[in-house]
Amino acid sequence: MMPPPSAAVQHDQPLIEIKNLSFRRGSRLIFDDISLTIPRGKITGIMGPSGTGKTTLLKLIGGQLRPDSGEIWMDGQNVHALSRSALFALRQRMGMLFQHGALLTDLSVFENVAFPLREHTRLPESMIRDLVLMKLNAVGLRGARDLQTAELSGGMARRVAFARALALDPSLVMFDEPFTGQDPITLGVLVRLIRDLNAALNLTSMVVSHDVAETLSIADHLYVLADARVIASGTPQEIQAETSPWVRQFMQGSADGPVPFQYPAASLQDDFYLSTSLEHSA
Amino acid sequence: MQENNMRDIWVGLFVALGIAALTLLSLNVSNLLSLPSGQGYVVMAEFDNIGGLKVRAPIKLSGVVVGRVENISIDPHSFRAVVGMNIESKYTIFPKDSSAAIYTSGLLGEQYIGISPGAEDTVLQSGDRIALTQSAIVLETLISQFLFNKAAEGDKK
Amino acid sequence: MMRPVLNVLAHLGRAVLDALARMGRWFVFMLALFPALPASLLRPRLIVDQLYQVGVLSLQIILVAGTFVGMVLGLQGYSILATYGSAESLGVVVALSLVRELGPVLTALLFAGRAGSALTAELGLMKSTEQLAGMEMMAVDPLKRVVAPRFWAGVMAMPLLAALFSLVGVLGGFAIGVGLLGVDAGSYWSQIQSQVDFREDIVNGIIKSIVFGVVAVWIALYEGYDCLPTAEGVSRATTRTVVNTSLAVLGLDFIMTALMFNV
Repeated sequence: MMPPPSAAVQHDQPLIEIKNLSFRRGSRLIFDDISLTIPRGKITGIMGPSGTGKTTLLKLIGGQLRPDSGEIWMDGQNVHALSRSALFALRQRMGMLFQHGALLTDLSVFENVAFPLREHTRLPESMIRDLVLMKLNAVGLRGARDLQTAELSGGMARRVAFARALALDPSLVMFDEPFTGQDPITLGVLVRLIRDLNAALNLTSMVVSHDVAETLSIADHLYVLADARVIASGTPQEIQAETSPWVRQFMQGSADGPVPFQYPAASLQDDFYLSTSLEHSA
Repeated sequence: MQENNMRDIWVGLFVALGIAALTLLSLNVSNLLSLPSGQGYVVMAEFDNIGGLKVRAPIKLSGVVVGRVENISIDPHSFRAVVGMNIESKYTIFPKDSSAAIYTSGLLGEQYIGISPGAEDTVLQSGDRIALTQSAIVLETLISQFLFNKAAEGDKK
Repeated sequence: MMRPVLNVLAHLGRAVLDALARMGRWFVFMLALFPALPASLLRPRLIVDQLYQVGVLSLQIILVAGTFVGMVLGLQGYSILATYGSAESLGVVVALSLVRELGPVLTALLFAGRAGSALTAELGLMKSTEQLAGMEMMAVDPLKRVVAPRFWAGVMAMPLLAALFSLVGVLGGFAIGVGLLGVDAGSYWSQIQSQVDFREDIVNGIIKSIVFGVVAVWIALYEGYDCLPTAEGVSRATTRTVVNTSLAVLGLDFIMTALMFNV
């Protein structure tokens, strides 16, 4: 399925290169001139608090959004300079897991995984069946093929979405908050799946998350985003050894720090008329 | 698969019913069958006054619709109205000396042309002209005539 | 003192701007959907599935409503016609009002409530659960895969539903007029046959229902595709579908009637 990388692309080159990317939504600056690279065959974690545009980054890579400036290259192709059909061809090599799975609600588990195959290939039914069952087996849900999507738990839905993302044997899989709101057992399953399948299928994975412990445990390389910039990057060890107060606050989950506990507000005195009331009592 | 089959059957049934309804409406409810338009021959008739006669008004023989008014125009020399009547070809039965009159169905109904057959052996052909005609009765003329006569009677007394 | 006036002006301005933006998006949606339409005809399987949702599931309400409307027309028409001594024209009154007006219009209004709102809600839900975005990331164009088949199904279903509505209506009028009020069965049908014209009445009625079909699905799909992907956004979009479709259908009906039946 996967077309062989063109000769010009060397294997030690990163799969994705983001160069000087800026993106704003309305008047709000989401990314301010950030650059990062996603190495081939590794798991790269993108961390940061909610609202820093981690999902936006994935949509930019997938070409669903256009950057205001800067470029995103995948495998020697500038994502946003492609024609629509070339972009669609490129997307067949990307798998994306949305936060809640984004499974098609009117189809069964089997049909959901078969969906990309039916849309993009003309394989005979028997081969589609085998492929779908293989992908479902990889995520441990071969037995759930006949369930409707409404019958799935959140964790199972994500596993089905994973199987679907793998259906076309992509080279890149992007995970949007795969760990949010999952019980510890499901968390363990998801962490293991991402790590094992990345190695077994020679994928390149991007995990966008604010769950520190899980992301640290699977990522080979990490970027921490905040305030529209990359504020730290490196291996998990390097990130944990990072001394900047901001990164420390995020990693340890402290309530107060560079990111203040109080949302910016007028001073207490102004809001509660403290000075006047004090005068009165005096 | 079973459920899928049931759906297909339902959709098939729905489409079949819908098309059947369309056909029924076209054939049974409308006059599509009773009037294959275009197939027929055109006979002309001149009237002094056609009243409210309209194109597509029925042409009847003994109350049976045998055709439709095809066009209405004015003869520039005689200043009379010329009505082209499209009569179905299966009714090539009207003697040459048939007469045509404009009637109104009911007091307020639409106007139609009634044909009274004559006695000759040769029949009307396409392009022929009906010589004997009787104009539409215009209610206003009738009323004013009536009033005029009444007034005249009153004067005599 | 100027404040209330300025507030009113600001409200008005915002409403106009919103309406303009909405129309712009509607137009963009139309332009984007247009090229997606022909290709989806090659996948009849998807259209058949939608015909079930849009057509078969609307059958019940259409048939019941049509029967009752026909029965009411029978009663009302009879009571009016009987005063003029022309009760045998009942068939014409029932058939013409159904075929020309009530069939296409009421079917479109019921369609907006039954199928249109369902289409909007379904698309809105697919949007809010990221199914549409997910499809795009799977290199599948949701306009082609999701929207276009629904469009075709709606446009195909509407004339069929309207024809069924008119037919059961005529039968309902027959049941009341002939069965209950004693109009002669023969004259009920013969009057209909002599007065209802194929080109003038039936064809125009069909054209109307096709136009209503296009408008109704288009509004429903646009509202679903454009809605805010939240629970509130979806419910608002559903309401807008029903309201806007009803208004559009009634307005268009007036225009088309004026053009078609040059009174």
